[in-house]
Amino acid sequence: MIDTLRLTAEEAIGMLERNEVSGAELRAAYRAAIDAHDEELHCFLTLVDDDENDGVPIALKDVISTKGVQTTAGSKILEGYDPVFDSTVAARCKSAGLQLLGKTNTDEFAMGSSTENSAFGPTKNPWDPTRVPGGSGGGSAAAVSAGLTPWALGSDTGGSIKQPSSLCGNVGLRPTYGTVSRYGVVAFASSLDQVGPVTKTVRDNALLYGIISGRDECDSTTVDVPPVELPDGEDLRGLRIGIPKELNEADGIEPGVRDAVRLAIELCNELGAEVGECELPRAVEYGLACYYLVAPAEASSNLARYDGVRYALREGADDYYEMVSRTRDAGFGDEPKRRIMLGTYALSAGYYEAYYGQAQKVRTVIAREFATAFERFDVLVSPTSPTVAFKLGERTENPLAMYLADVLTIPPNMAGLPGLSIPCGLSEGLPVGLQLIGAQFSENTLFRTGHALERAIGFDTVPERLR
Amino acid sequence: MAITRDDVLHVAALARLDLTEDEIARLELQLNDILEAVGKVSELDLSDVPPTSHPLDVVNVFRADEPRPSLPLDDVFANAPERDGDFFRVPPTGETAA
Repeated sequence: MIDTLRLTAEEAIGMLERNEVSGAELRAAYRAAIDAHDEELHCFLTLVDDDENDGVPIALKDVISTKGVQTTAGSKILEGYDPVFDSTVAARCKSAGLQLLGKTNTDEFAMGSSTENSAFGPTKNPWDPTRVPGGSGGGSAAAVSAGLTPWALGSDTGGSIKQPSSLCGNVGLRPTYGTVSRYGVVAFASSLDQVGPVTKTVRDNALLYGIISGRDECDSTTVDVPPVELPDGEDLRGLRIGIPKELNEADGIEPGVRDAVRLAIELCNELGAEVGECELPRAVEYGLACYYLVAPAEASSNLARYDGVRYALREGADDYYEMVSRTRDAGFGDEPKRRIMLGTYALSAGYYEAYYGQAQKVRTVIAREFATAFERFDVLVSPTSPTVAFKLGERTENPLAMYLADVLTIPPNMAGLPGLSIPCGLSEGLPVGLQLIGAQFSENTLFRTGHALERAIGFDTVPERLR
Repeated sequence: MAITRDDVLHVAALARLDLTEDEIARLELQLNDILEAVGKVSELDLSDVPPTSHPLDVVNVFRADEPRPSLPLDDVFANAPERDGDFFRVPPTGETAA
């Protein structure tokens, strides 16, 4: 009997190696879990019935192109789009023998923090189905948490791996920009987008990061990555951990979240780390504004390709330009339209310098503040999300309230820094995530820190109602 | 820097979005709210700060410019709404062309 709620990918690899289970049996176990729970949770947009591989199963966020398997990015405009090539990350998962279970739900074009912007309906949080799983990668996070896949890939622009991992109680890594190929990944904001693993444990996370990371000749922004070290230490001796005041005292952080994070910080001390305070005054105060200029500007450019000519949806019209405009109005949902409009405005003549140009300078300021903090510290710590999972529908009418969900994940993203979210406790019966931020290319340090904390915290990643 | 209905129409034309009346009214309100919030970046005097367009300190990447096979045409057209031989077929670009 395979307990998909508890089986880690590492354990599954061991069972396969020892011939205690076959790839087909593993697949059948996860399919049974999907059949039992996905009608309620709606983690998957497309299920794959069979796969040539027989390794550990995996689920991929539906912004990741998979040859011959529909890839919608959560949008009507891409409904029925079957990529004719694999993204590099999908190809690397295949080469590693992983078998694809299916494609997971996402806010449309990965724009959102609750998965409610998916054109195909929201995903529910396995801890409480009246609440959101976070977003945009809510499908991947909820699927891992509910035992519908041992692990999954997400993509993170402003927090779309870290924040849902926080809300669903699993481990999510947003890697350093440039360590994981974006080739074949539906583009949202190209200077920020990064694919990363969503898992039950930090060790699983390191394993999957090892599979997908590294230079790719199809993505000229990728670089050589230091060899991944599977963490096994139990202490944090010699590590300097910084507590950025602004990231830990921001408005809107719930008391229960603050308490759980404070306990985790005390554990850092007990595990032998040297803990101190630091400041990121402008990174946090101006991070969100900076992001909501840079990301929509890049999105407005990236989403120009959906023109009704080369793939997917076309609305009929007698004139070419009318066809394009009608197709885009019919195919895009409210959030992509909002961001396209915002980005187009910020880039338009007369406003470029005041908005986009200024935001790019703020980005420099943010990167410099983090660089100063990393002169004194190896890892910075904060809550991942200011709140636990919120109710479905609570923020859908107020875009600015939704944007605030990422106020703590955005600042490090603007600087291209890696961030690992691990569960650090419960508040009101819902998971709280701890964000560990490292300097560029310090994934191994984050894994080491996350692993030692994970052991010390002893968080049970299985949602209480499913135990 | 309040956004007017005319601004919304102008930007929608640039972005090739055929918005409905409802959407125009809603976006006028929402874009004003959002721009007020993101306009916060203008509080800072950053005249001496260089812009960041890319988070990594990488230089250009070159490879040898050698011919390689590209996608077969049937793959290229596999998802196209309308194909005409070796072309994507689209409606005519007439007088209304912007």
